[in-house]
Amino acid sequence: MQNHSIQVIGLQKSYKQLQVLKGVDFEVEKGSIFALLGSNGAGKTTVVKILTTLLKPDSGTVTVHGFNVVSKPEHVRQVISLTGQFAAVDEILTGRENLIMISKLRHLKNPHQVADELLKRFGLTDAADRRVSTYSGGMRRRLDIALSLVGKPQIIFFDEPTTGLDPESRIEVWKIVKELSDGGTTVFLTTQYLEEAEQLADQIAILHEGRIIANGTLSELKMLFPSPKVEYVEKQPTLEEIFLAIVGKKEDK
Amino acid sequence: MEGTKKHFFNDLSVMLGRSMRHISRSMDTIITVTIMPIGFMLLFVYVLGGAIQTGTDNYVNYLLPGILLIAIASGIAYTALRLFIDVQGGIFERFHTMPISRSTLLWGHVLSSLVSNALSVVIIIIVALIMGFRSPAGILSWLAVTGILALFTLALSWIAIIPGLSAKSVDGAGAFSYPILFLPFISSAFVPTESMPSVVRAFAENQPVTSIVESIRALLSGYSVDNDIWVALAWCVGIVLVAYFFAMRMYKKRV
Repeated sequence: MQNHSIQVIGLQKSYKQLQVLKGVDFEVEKGSIFALLGSNGAGKTTVVKILTTLLKPDSGTVTVHGFNVVSKPEHVRQVISLTGQFAAVDEILTGRENLIMISKLRHLKNPHQVADELLKRFGLTDAADRRVSTYSGGMRRRLDIALSLVGKPQIIFFDEPTTGLDPESRIEVWKIVKELSDGGTTVFLTTQYLEEAEQLADQIAILHEGRIIANGTLSELKMLFPSPKVEYVEKQPTLEEIFLAIVGKKEDK
Repeated sequence: MEGTKKHFFNDLSVMLGRSMRHISRSMDTIITVTIMPIGFMLLFVYVLGGAIQTGTDNYVNYLLPGILLIAIASGIAYTALRLFIDVQGGIFERFHTMPISRSTLLWGHVLSSLVSNALSVVIIIIVALIMGFRSPAGILSWLAVTGILALFTLALSWIAIIPGLSAKSVDGAGAFSYPILFLPFISSAFVPTESMPSVVRAFAENQPVTSIVESIRALLSGYSVDNDIWVALAWCVGIVLVAYFFAMRMYKKRV
């Protein structure tokens, strides 16, 4: 038995002259939510692409679910799924057809039933037989995530899942991520929103200039800073809270 | 192709089904593909045809094989385009993180290209029949014609995969088809090669389209086919193998 879903040791990757990853190390525990934080261009997507077998590392050892991503990519692909930065959906097909297609490619026995269940779970039943090109951004993202859940992979990667989403859709995505983790799925997510990592992650790693410069739970990271001073500040609602209050959605914080 | 061979046919049928849905939801592309060749056919038969001496009394019969090849050459531009859109969008990335046979992603496009081009060819033959095309050919000859056209489409579809994978823009993905579209004009498709200056004639007589056109023309006219059909088959099979090799190599480099 191994307790690590993902293990990365000394990972390096360059694009031509540009060295993007200069020796990255981290481990992700089974069933946890791991957030990789970093600014734009820090190499977050490169890490995700290597972990999901889309890119080969230059050096270092990367194992996912005990399988080396370079020597056993087929085994890795059996247990993972990726929700990338851009919705990976087929625009010309309907939502239902997308789900059935992925179910068949995962060689499931009852693709229609799987599609029905996921459509219901993600509130897409009414739009099921419309082409995805008519979907809103939030619906597309929901379908995208639903496609990633087909076949119940043990490890799910989210690469900036909420970039470009409106606040309501973002909270919806957060809810899904939490539910997945509660169900025992390991979640690996990248984000540039600190709040997102704070809301979701059991463990946070900060990628900066090709290296992990901090790694730990939120409280461990907080201890890296001097102890807080107590100040009294009148708390104004944020624009987001106002927006959500008006729209009538409850933020589940 | 990796360790997913046991699912090859399952994956292939899913990919083909997907690509066929794309085609059936954009039937306008098939109409677009047939309009230009039909236009050429009208132009050559009713405008230019009177001045062209081919030694036959039915110019539609003479012209049709070349027109069909032009239709296929323009049809594969859409094959490249559909692949290009797949590569640009996120869907290929999703497929690549799944345990599926990767070559089926390309085969799906190639096979649906065969189907959509077959549809265009049938539409053009119907128009040609209205314009006076007649053929004494029997079932076997028609089967042979179908086989040659299918092989030609297969060859061009694998060529189309290369720009589909490597193009930087939508226009670039389709541009490769123009030179191919031009080949029938420098062949025996519209006028006998004897009428051409010697250098052009040498090119025309030794490029693939002439032997393919001559074979189809002979089969449809009920003549016995000579050496041309073997030359035509050799060209088609050769192009399939070379284009497949380069397409797969480029694909593996990209992913």
